[in-house]
Amino acid sequence: MRRNKGLAAIAALAGGFGVLSQGAVAQQGPIKIGYVTTTSGPEGVIGRDMVDGFKLAMKHGGGKSAGREIQVIWGDDQVKPDVGRQVVDKMIESDRVHIVSGIIFSNILLASVKPVLDAGAFYVSANAGPSPLAGKQCHPHFFGVAFQNDNNFEGLGQHVREKGFKKVYFLAPNYPAGKDMAAGFKRYYKGDMAAEVFTSFGQLDYSAEIAQLRAAKPDAVVIFYPGGMGINFVKQYAQAGMMSQIPLFTGAGTVDQTTLPAIGDAAIGMFTGALWSEFLDNPANKKFVADFEADYGRIPSGFASASYDTGRAIQAALDAIGGKIEDKAAFQKAMENVKFDAVRGNFRFNKNHFPVQDYYLVQIEKDAKGRNVAGFRGTILKDLQDAYGGDCNMAAAK
Amino acid sequence: MSVSLFIEQLLNGVQFGVMLFLISAGLTLVFGIMNLINLAHGSLYMMGAFLAAAFVKITGNYLAALALALALTALIGYVMEKLVLQRFYHRSHLDQVLVTFGLILVFNDIVRLIWGVVPVQFRLPEPFSGSVQLIADVQYPTFRLVILAVGLLVALGLYVIVVHTRIGMWIRAGASNRPMASALGVDVGLVFSAVFAAGSALAGLAGLMAGSISSVQVGMGEPVLILALVVTVIGGIGSIRGAFIAALLIGVVDTFGRVLLPPALGSMVIFMLMAIILAWRPKGLFPVNA
Repeated sequence: MRRNKGLAAIAALAGGFGVLSQGAVAQQGPIKIGYVTTTSGPEGVIGRDMVDGFKLAMKHGGGKSAGREIQVIWGDDQVKPDVGRQVVDKMIESDRVHIVSGIIFSNILLASVKPVLDAGAFYVSANAGPSPLAGKQCHPHFFGVAFQNDNNFEGLGQHVREKGFKKVYFLAPNYPAGKDMAAGFKRYYKGDMAAEVFTSFGQLDYSAEIAQLRAAKPDAVVIFYPGGMGINFVKQYAQAGMMSQIPLFTGAGTVDQTTLPAIGDAAIGMFTGALWSEFLDNPANKKFVADFEADYGRIPSGFASASYDTGRAIQAALDAIGGKIEDKAAFQKAMENVKFDAVRGNFRFNKNHFPVQDYYLVQIEKDAKGRNVAGFRGTILKDLQDAYGGDCNMAAAK
Repeated sequence: MSVSLFIEQLLNGVQFGVMLFLISAGLTLVFGIMNLINLAHGSLYMMGAFLAAAFVKITGNYLAALALALALTALIGYVMEKLVLQRFYHRSHLDQVLVTFGLILVFNDIVRLIWGVVPVQFRLPEPFSGSVQLIADVQYPTFRLVILAVGLLVALGLYVIVVHTRIGMWIRAGASNRPMASALGVDVGLVFSAVFAAGSALAGLAGLMAGSISSVQVGMGEPVLILALVVTVIGGIGSIRGAFIAALLIGVVDTFGRVLLPPALGSMVIFMLMAIILAWRPKGLFPVNA
């Protein structure tokens, strides 16, 4: 009897270790999401919208999936690829997160995504969508909810062509997303480019570039400058008296609620492309915008909306599999077929795990409270998908 | 490149250089005279911009707002020197770097607490927010001409004060031999505090000038600090004249580098220039104690 008890205890202990080593104990713990984004430095304003959008999505989901707690671990990449990589490494190795999300800048994502995928975890992008990950380097565990980068400027290219502009001057920062945006714009614009200029990332002063572009006499100027760079460029463009001379366009992510308060009235009347607008007429969006304003006291940006959609998509996929994130094949399938009410309206995943969505035109104007907002002007493209899906062989990818 | 475009780009380069001079003048003054590396110089630059933006909003009077912002930035610098930096004059440069780096983080978080992370708006008064026709084909933003004028005035003013006044003499005396200057009846501590406050005001001035053309936001001082350090080192640490010439050189080289060279090379060109100059003259163009 006594001996049996001892044996039983040993067996239980051994069993316990066995269970531990197989990781099934983790199933009792929370679902862990590592959210790495840029919250410090000049681009921190974007990160704040990303974080708040994701927090709101978690709040709307109740912070649980099938009764299992969802824990979000926050990280800051400081707009540095090496720091982003270190933060992600730590989340994978010591926090053992199941899903990573939140990175804004494509160069940081490209530097940080490998350890996530190598460890068998999922990366669900709430912003950056560099072209390699949509094409040749696509991966079963990588999902881009926000966009493939090119998308941000594809609809704008279409619009600029339809408006009859024939000689376009394009400027963007010299990093992967800048190149992607240029490619996206040209794919749908199809006309002559006066020039494509890539400036150093984080540049403060654009007087030299503005002088060059004026001398080139284009009939339209298109820029991609997220965060502080956009504020600098638009302000300086207006101060040089250019707004009335050559129309300035931008795709999604340059002139929005992260930059409008600082740009001020210089941007009034500007047309920009967008993948989302605060005025989109669907119930999910109305709830998102109202709750975001109530919680954070400001209008959300496109960054916040994509981050919110990302949180809602993850929640919906987790709910569909009863919160069993350890079953990776099931979670992948649930993501691929995810059904949720996206605030941007039309949304589904393409075969390369990037979205098929609509592209809108907005114009900067004043709302009833005197704030600068992006007034909705219509849909430019329906069911927009990226150009790289054909290069992606998901079955062979690993 | 046509002649008028060349003139415009030259003007851009000189204007950028003058801007850089405004930023680095205070840094080189403190660095050279007090032998103190103040990385928080960029934070004072940021404070100048934020305070000016806030006062413009409150008072509605641009000039009054600028004067208030300058005075307050000088006061912040004065308090910072009295409370913290004074204890670090005799410590190693590494200690100074560490404490002033810490101050950067403190300032950034103070600004984040008060103003938040969204860049704030800095409205220019009507006559300065547009552009003027200089010569045929060259339309130039009015405020950049103001920056040019202010920068040149500051350069002249500093030169006169440091080289031709009694205060300037005290400053130079305190810098070259502190105990001897003290023995001769100069209150070196007071002189240094005044220099630091003046350096802070210069940083604030640069910040509020820059705030009018670029975005006013948390962390705006850091990229600028790097350029200011480059200017200081090329010019010769502590030399106002060196800082002025180095700033103009960098402004012009950077502007033409960006326009004429491919982007990867264009953003490197000022650092290559620095490497070449330091290889040729390790103490900078105008070494102070040569």
